[in-house]
Amino acid sequence: MAQIICRDLTLGYDNEVVLKGLNFQVDAGDYLCIVGENGSGKSTLMKTILGLTPPLGGEIRWGDGLNAHTIGYLPQQTVVQRDFPASVQEIVLSGCQNRPGFRVFYKPEDRQKAERNMERMGIADLAKRCYRDLSGGQQQRVLLARALCSAEKVLLLDEPVTGLDPKITLEMYELIQSLNEEGITIIMISHDVDEAVRYADHILHIGKHIFFGPRDEYIRSDVGKYFLMQEGGGEE
Amino acid sequence: MSEMLGKLAYYMEFPFVRYALIVGVLIALCSSLFGATLVLKRFSFIGDGLAHVAFGAMAIAAVLNFTNEMVVILPITVICAILLLRTGQNTIIKGDAAIAMISVGALGFGYLIMNLFSTSSNLTGDVCSTLFGSTSILTLTTKEVWLSVILSVVVVIFFIVYYNRIFSLTFDENFAKATGMKVELYNLLTAIVIAVIIVLAMNLVGSLLISALVIFPALSAMRIFKSFKSVILFSAGISVICALVGMLISILAGTPVGSTIVAVDVAAFVVCYIIGRARS
Repeated sequence: MAQIICRDLTLGYDNEVVLKGLNFQVDAGDYLCIVGENGSGKSTLMKTILGLTPPLGGEIRWGDGLNAHTIGYLPQQTVVQRDFPASVQEIVLSGCQNRPGFRVFYKPEDRQKAERNMERMGIADLAKRCYRDLSGGQQQRVLLARALCSAEKVLLLDEPVTGLDPKITLEMYELIQSLNEEGITIIMISHDVDEAVRYADHILHIGKHIFFGPRDEYIRSDVGKYFLMQEGGGEE
Repeated sequence: MSEMLGKLAYYMEFPFVRYALIVGVLIALCSSLFGATLVLKRFSFIGDGLAHVAFGAMAIAAVLNFTNEMVVILPITVICAILLLRTGQNTIIKGDAAIAMISVGALGFGYLIMNLFSTSSNLTGDVCSTLFGSTSILTLTTKEVWLSVILSVVVVIFFIVYYNRIFSLTFDENFAKATGMKVELYNLLTAIVIAVIIVLAMNLVGSLLISALVIFPALSAMRIFKSFKSVILFSAGISVICALVGMLISILAGTPVGSTIVAVDVAAFVVCYIIGRARS
């Protein structure tokens, strides 16, 4: 079932076009990775999907009873957050605020939901700890638990492994995969194309050349071959 | 000791001293509530900037001979607060530069206007007392006391009702916006409330020292506490205590009210810093 359909999308800020003619579709349960060179418009695309930046042209259609406000979002960490005096519980709970209607305080079911998602992320024992005292990997798990509180069906992740060491990076990828196996649709921006083709089942490559399709097709395509060689070749 | 208490009891018999203490405590409470948010969002200087704007507005009000200066000061300060806290993409000048520009601009113009048009015989005294706070806290009328009480209650209720949203906005504005919060509206409301607090606080410590009331309690609390709620509660508590202690010292020792309160705030920060260090 199609959850997000983008047709002939034009992206950019203040009438300055970053990307044109983008077409893709995300179905329930997909694992889509968005790859491309720096400055190709990956973050702009994510902001447009989230409704933070209006599209300059084309349309985004939502299916499956979703809209921009019913998806979970894992943003990149900001400077403000790194030394923020807040407990893990407070942050995870703040993901419960997108319920309709005006409410002053959290309800018991919000607290249960936060607790469940903290357990899911393996951070239940950190609930009372201060966010700024946690390691990078733990902080990402906190933000992921918050994203899960705001939505159960679709998660958008903006470079979730930036700044993590290799072992934690691997754990993070496996955690995301396990969420996908539970049926959550994953849309992830990645700067690491090798990891992207390892875990994702669909790839959206943006930049000078645009590719959208299943992972296997991407690996065989000219764009994919070239990008994989250029970006990933040096490491082995 | 008993001599000090006796002196205090003597002063307490005057209604204007009691008014000053009530209003001082309320202002300290209100100004500390938003301190953590402003410090964490890197807007520590907003208090300073807005206070200078309020000074400029006061100069205009004085020159135009308004009997109720609030009518001029409050709207001008609110408008500037909205302009400064608007964190959109199309702001012409960003963050700290905008604050610096508006604040010194208003300060310079305010003094210039006062100098050119003032009819007062004691200009330097007037300016000095607006900048550093002065006796104005001791000359409050019952009406002004009630106004302060009502505004403070409104500010506290606003803060409690929007507490969860203020937390989200402070921690992660993008996430809040992405999950459907009307971020612009809440930023606007926050800007207005902060402007109101600044104008209120001018009576107590004067426009040059307001930032201290806003940021010191929050900074002190952030040294020690590890959750947002405890930071807020502690900063409100310590702000009230520091204001009370500062005012009592200034009554007993005859020191200027505003700078005494600020000195106590600084001392409290040093203590909290040492405790925070010792713990980690």
